Amino acid sequence: MGADSVSYPWLFEYLLRLGDDRLVLGHRLSEWCGHGPVLEEDIALANVALDLIGQATHFLRLAGQVEGKGRDEDALAYLRDGIAYRNVKLVELPNGDFGRTIMRQFLFDVWSVLLLDGLRRAAHPELAGIAAKAHKEARYHVRHSGDWVLRLGDGTEESHRRAQTALDELWPYTGELFAADEVGGVLAGTVAPDPTALEPAWRRVVSDVVRRATLTLPADGFMHSGGRQGRHTEHLGHLLDEMQILARSHPGAKW
Amino acid sequence: MVSRASAETELFELLRGIPDPEVPALDIVELGIVRRVELRPDGGVTVDVTPTYSGCPAMHVIEQEIVAALRAKGHDRVELRTVYSPAWTTDWLSDAAKAKLKAYGITPPALVAAEQPLVPLSAVVRRAACPYCGSSNTERKSEFGATACKAIHYCHHCDQPFEEFKAL
Repeated sequence: MGADSVSYPWLFEYLLRLGDDRLVLGHRLSEWCGHGPVLEEDIALANVALDLIGQATHFLRLAGQVEGKGRDEDALAYLRDGIAYRNVKLVELPNGDFGRTIMRQFLFDVWSVLLLDGLRRAAHPELAGIAAKAHKEARYHVRHSGDWVLRLGDGTEESHRRAQTALDELWPYTGELFAADEVGGVLAGTVAPDPTALEPAWRRVVSDVVRRATLTLPADGFMHSGGRQGRHTEHLGHLLDEMQILARSHPGAKW
Repeated sequence: MVSRASAETELFELLRGIPDPEVPALDIVELGIVRRVELRPDGGVTVDVTPTYSGCPAMHVIEQEIVAALRAKGHDRVELRTVYSPAWTTDWLSDAAKAKLKAYGITPPALVAAEQPLVPLSAVVRRAACPYCGSSNTERKSEFGATACKAIHYCHHCDQPFEEFKAL
């Protein structure tokens, strides 16, 4: 099956996932702006947030074009309710402390590099182009978050404890990154990499860094799910309230 | 009569008059943002642009300035097309452009290195040459700076911070 024959609802759904993961995580990271532990980190987190929101803009713009109902990236970002968001639950969780923010970022960044690497070879030229650009950015994101995981895990007793707690609490949210479903199944191999196929490489990198950071990889147990189907935690609604209020209160406002 | 190709070249050259809003030492053509200018059969102009970083906040201003510059030459129907492939890279910067960056006080980007295996390593950090004194006795303070395209370094030889245009 070629890229052209992939029908609209599947590709649209998939592009929403790509866009929403990055939009929601970018918004979360932007909450650190002005609150970073040191100036360099404040700037770094804001830079990563900007990259992610930029990537979301491109994915959501393409989603709107694929849908063909006149919705642009702003309509998709600001005028959808939580139930229509397709991000994984991992990215909507509150930031917590710096260690937890960084640990979530690391788990996401490794996955994102692997996913974008597959997408940049995809049979959909425009999607592949956006992914190729985003892939370059994800590679320096993971250098940043990975370095911090090493430093915090192999740091003081306090930083180690917090990093381990973050890893333990976030682990049950990682299963959703690799879950197979109908959308992934239809697109797998042509437009998108098979989500389950990314897991071995992800585990290899994550467990290597976790080991060098003197942390312990949690045992696999219950894994959360549902974000891709619009069943979110209570945290997403609060995030969207803040993100969308201006656009919804003043429709069409420009500034 | 001027051929279409030479008219297109002329418009392309015209866009060299637009400096990058964040790094005004370089114009948007030498940065590689403007990929192509096409005179359409209907008399309009299509300009292909490619984003540098996905979230570069300067893109919007750049697009407005392209439209304004072409309007000033009598082209009212300007269409901007975002092209993603090939992805923008700092390897497109010419030696002349890199010299301008250095003269402006920003260390020019190194050539993009081959992709490394995906294991973060803080140990291998290339030491950027200080744009002021040329010393390599420098230290990278952060891979993130005041704009998406720059990293922050410190020169231990002349004791001052400096910025580097990151290789991407």
